[in-house]
Amino acid sequence: MTNTFDVIDEKFESSKNALHSYVTGYVLSLLFTYIPYLMVTRHLFGKDSTIFGIAVFAVIQLCVQVYFFLHLPARVRPFWNFFVLMFTILIISFLVVGSLWIMHHLNMNMMGVSPFHSNEGYVPQ
Amino acid sequence: MTTKILDHKHMINQKENDVDVKTLFGFWVYIMSDCILFASIFAVYAVLHTSTFGGPSSKELFSMPFVLTETILLLTSSFTYGLVTLYARREKSKALVLIWLGVTFVLGALFLLMEVREFSNLIREGNGPDRSAFLSAFFTLVGTHGLHVTLGLVWMGNLLVQVWYKGVTSVMMRKLSMLGLFWHFLDIIWIFIFTIVYLMGTL
Repeated sequence: MTNTFDVIDEKFESSKNALHSYVTGYVLSLLFTYIPYLMVTRHLFGKDSTIFGIAVFAVIQLCVQVYFFLHLPARVRPFWNFFVLMFTILIISFLVVGSLWIMHHLNMNMMGVSPFHSNEGYVPQ
Repeated sequence: MTTKILDHKHMINQKENDVDVKTLFGFWVYIMSDCILFASIFAVYAVLHTSTFGGPSSKELFSMPFVLTETILLLTSSFTYGLVTLYARREKSKALVLIWLGVTFVLGALFLLMEVREFSNLIREGNGPDRSAFLSAFFTLVGTHGLHVTLGLVWMGNLLVQVWYKGVTSVMMRKLSMLGLFWHFLDIIWIFIFTIVYLMGTL
């Protein structure tokens, strides 16, 4: 009988590739930090494609971290852990997409009215 | 007779197993709720990052090589924490766990030091959180992450002492696993801060 942590981590850890996996994850994550960094500092592409590019690299980086460091597939094997993860993703998407959507429309409607969005600051009358 | 002893042992292990499953689940729920906390602060930052109120914009404030160094420090500390877990599980080696836990602690502390320096420089130049909505959002987001790192470091120092005195027991492994989850989670949050605040901010 082993406890669950052992089951979760040991399966991964005791496989002969454990160290190999951490090193791979580390090298990949450094790489996926440095490429978008170069894209931004060297101005390799236009603005829109750079934004798109670094967003893609952030998602790849997330996957690398989650897979090689966090070992997510093993973590969410118990049903309720998986359930909580999915629920969290749902809430986060509501929060982020909802806020940006609503605030964008508010900004559009308030265009030219709010002193807080002008670049000169608010001058009291 | 033998069966009975085995059964008893089995029961104890079963009990311990249940404790671990519950602890892991509880900590997992905490990490997920922390994700929601950070998501809300990210949303606030995304909404406010152009509202500079006449103050400096993100383009004028951030130094990219500095931030890259911070990122590499934190990434490396996440990697070395992986080694802590590895040596705790595979070799149950107290010395190796202590060494890598120490290295992780130092890297985390260096990261925190750099962040504090960045903050104090900004505030000294008059660009504190009271300057504009953009800077309030920036200090809230990066500061909350920094606060988490600080608490993680306190926790890590605590575990260093515990491992030193008690060795790598199964209870200790549970604690190490939990801190590992927390530390890797902070690393992932930083990836998003690096991309959204710093990279996109300097475009």
